[in-house]
Amino acid sequence: MRYLPLNDEDRALMLARIGVKDIAELFADIPPDKRLEQALDLPCHKGEMEVERQFSALAAQNIAAGSVPFFIGAGAYRHHIPASVDHLIQRSEFLTSYTPYQPEISQGTLQALFEFQSEVAELTAMEIANASLYDGSTATVEAAAMARRITGRRKAIVSGGLHPHYAETLQTYAAMAGVDLLRLAPDVVATESLAERIDQETACVIVQSPDFFGHLRDHSKLAESCRAKGALLVAVFTEAVAFGLIEPPGTLGADIVAGEGQSIGNRLNFGGPYLGLFAARAQYLRQMPGRICGETLDRDGRRSFTLTLSTREQHIRREKATSNICTNSGLASLAFTIHLSLLGSAGLRRLARINHANAVDLAERLAAVPGVTILNKTFFNEFTLRIKGDASELVERMAEAGILAGVPVSRLLPGQGLEEFLLVASTEVNTDADRAAYAKTLQGVISC
Amino acid sequence: MLMPHGPSLEPAEPLVAEGKTFTGNRGLECEEGLIFEIGRIENTGVDLEEPPPFSERLGGLERKTPLRLPGLSEPEAVRHFVRLSRQNYAIDLGIYPLGSCTMKHNPRLNEAMARLPGLAEIHPLQPQSSVQGALELIAGLARWLAILTGMEAVAMAPRAGAHGEICGLMVIKAAMAARGEAQGRRIVLVPESAHGTNPASAAGVDFEVRSVPARADGILDPVAVKEGLGPDVAALMLTNPNTCGLFEKQIVEIADLVHAAGAYFYCDGANFNAILGKVRPGDLGVDAMHINLHKTFSTPHGGGGPGAGPVVLSGRLAPFAPVPFLRREKDQWRLVENLGEAPNSFGRIAAFHGQFGLFVRAYAYMLSHGGDGLRRAAEDAVLNANYVRAGLKDLMSEPFGDRSCMHEVLFDETWLKPFGLSALDFAKAMIDEGFHPMTVYFPLVVHGAMLIEPTETESKASLDLFIAALRDLALAVRRGETKRFEAAPKWAPRRRLDETRAARNPVLKWVNPAG
Repeated sequence: MRYLPLNDEDRALMLARIGVKDIAELFADIPPDKRLEQALDLPCHKGEMEVERQFSALAAQNIAAGSVPFFIGAGAYRHHIPASVDHLIQRSEFLTSYTPYQPEISQGTLQALFEFQSEVAELTAMEIANASLYDGSTATVEAAAMARRITGRRKAIVSGGLHPHYAETLQTYAAMAGVDLLRLAPDVVATESLAERIDQETACVIVQSPDFFGHLRDHSKLAESCRAKGALLVAVFTEAVAFGLIEPPGTLGADIVAGEGQSIGNRLNFGGPYLGLFAARAQYLRQMPGRICGETLDRDGRRSFTLTLSTREQHIRREKATSNICTNSGLASLAFTIHLSLLGSAGLRRLARINHANAVDLAERLAAVPGVTILNKTFFNEFTLRIKGDASELVERMAEAGILAGVPVSRLLPGQGLEEFLLVASTEVNTDADRAAYAKTLQGVISC
Repeated sequence: MLMPHGPSLEPAEPLVAEGKTFTGNRGLECEEGLIFEIGRIENTGVDLEEPPPFSERLGGLERKTPLRLPGLSEPEAVRHFVRLSRQNYAIDLGIYPLGSCTMKHNPRLNEAMARLPGLAEIHPLQPQSSVQGALELIAGLARWLAILTGMEAVAMAPRAGAHGEICGLMVIKAAMAARGEAQGRRIVLVPESAHGTNPASAAGVDFEVRSVPARADGILDPVAVKEGLGPDVAALMLTNPNTCGLFEKQIVEIADLVHAAGAYFYCDGANFNAILGKVRPGDLGVDAMHINLHKTFSTPHGGGGPGAGPVVLSGRLAPFAPVPFLRREKDQWRLVENLGEAPNSFGRIAAFHGQFGLFVRAYAYMLSHGGDGLRRAAEDAVLNANYVRAGLKDLMSEPFGDRSCMHEVLFDETWLKPFGLSALDFAKAMIDEGFHPMTVYFPLVVHGAMLIEPTETESKASLDLFIAALRDLALAVRRGETKRFEAAPKWAPRRRLDETRAARNPVLKWVNPAG
């Protein structure tokens, strides 16, 4: 077994040193009638080649995004990741280290976290950011819980433009924790009115921009309404690249920001691991969930970094902690930091413009297809199509024709009469030929 | 570009005489500025062509807020992050004996498999017909987990161990609600020795925590559990092997008591690596248990994550599992994603379908080991921990007396106190010897705990050196060489940090000194 260094001679010597006659003696506390005397009914160990064959066979049953024209978004986005990002995150010292509990020998991870927090704060225009949460959906739950702690109120209002998986996750947590959750109906055309629903019981209003249907939303007036009634505005996003081009949530008045950071530095990975981004106004620091890295000095007066304010956390405060989170998304946050360090403002702005330009081009081409309507007045790199017929069937037929065309809205919001809607995303990875193929194939599929 | 804490260009004092260098570097060990000090806002390390003119659709929301992110060319970025990496300890550099954290070797085959385009470049919302291989992989991993634990069903959604705890407790709450007992059973019993996540998770699902004291020999007393149980109790959360590195040998009796009181038995599976293939939690009466794939099945810890925490469930709890879950229909796998199709499910706990990238790694680990190798891994982990114990027990104090342990051995600082030293001082001196310290001050139930988990991937030679070095340090303690410990670490990239300053005066992001 290639991963186990001990051989039988070692084992015999070690057992003798310990003073037991066999390994079974060390497992003597397991109730005798429950012990497994033989190996379970599972396959035997395998060499690398055999394992590779098995995984290659599984991989071959999937259609990889890079192998076909690909237009799927809905909370996870395919972008080009510079080769150096994956190389750097596989440095042993990043890949195989633990949470930096011993700062003297963890400055690499800690400084990268400090850079990450600085980048997230700058990108979202917020004052402080933490060292990451699991993903955008769980970050949204943490934001709602934080708003509840800050305001002492139990009600949360959820926009119909929030990603449905995020809204469902919020609903689950709310039901379990006795929170009063008002989830508005799917807001396909971004016309809902949230401000008048805020009352004296409202802890927070949770909105998303670009929203699930792709619309850009200006929350600044809603932020004023929240402030007037003592509620907090939680701003959610699923596409971080957008903030290279559009106003960030901090500028639009958000008190807490929760988002998905996958689209910078991280692959699609069939849905995980992703990267929860979390930022807030500085006055709410002590109510933040998750790890926070801070700057300090060592004994020799050198600038150093360390995990700090841990009296908020579960390993110190137990049931009184601000969150139960322990493991976060360390390596995904490193990938984000490296990719964003390569881009810089100049690169991110240009990347975002390319995304927008590609999406505008695609929208114009698709709008020209008979029977297709684009619902969005505004969007970044994703928008909603309306077709005559069932978008789920359309997507299957487009896939058969070799194009991954988007996400039928009814897959996430079934049984609500939204069968005709299709979410379509176009990033910098799509070529002119991809978009032309989409329009042409769509026309063919619709007309037959 | 000079760093604010670095030197001025003209050395004003005789640096060498003070043991300093002009650069602040020491040989291969390099000081490194922040990206904000190295990069420039107008630069970028990614070549992108400006798009041709087009009519934008931003509705007046174009970013006017300044965006001051430094850009680094690829050589600058690579050097920056490689230099940072060299300031980290890592398993690949040496033994990483953090008790309760299971820092074992991370096979590189698993990394390679997770990067196959057919597994890494697939979208969670692709048509299910285009991801049958991925669904097959998830089903395969779930099957292995069910067989290894002797449990009925597996919830794959949780993002980490603590998220698995939340998931398990939500399942229990849903089961209680189905019995009409949601209001009456609001208490979760948590032993004093539990991970901090246990009580925090219980509170997160709106349960109240009732603490159960440990017995003097480090394991849980069925009598204490019985005293804590009542008609108001929903569950017991117990780690087994426990955080003291001991197997809860009365676990079956405890499980029976919990069930007799109408409650469920949640097991924290953080230490499942010790009993893989030796005993199945399902046979011990466990109703729900999360499994940290990043511990037991060796997905890399990555400096703090990501992890994955699937939850195995008994037949009684299986109907309440969260969405999504897999169903086999007409020779195809289908993900059931919506509650409309799963009326008993308690709901959704995160977007999409779980930590797939980590499922790939964990499954590759399982297939490589096989049923035989996993059992051997558990045996070697326990053997290694006991070998370390045998090598150190005459010099270091054991809180629960002279008894064998499971996969980790617990000492405490009692033996250090007469010399005016703490567990932390000893830990920092280990750094100077080139080792990552053991876990200190956890579990909280033992004062000045020092918890060592070597894992099965350490060779005997590695353990022999580790033991010899710790013995040498212990003898130095006994000789009263306290200064060596108080001054440690001396040879690390940093000496001890001013943690109070960090917390009192939080500086949590880079601030441009130029304003």
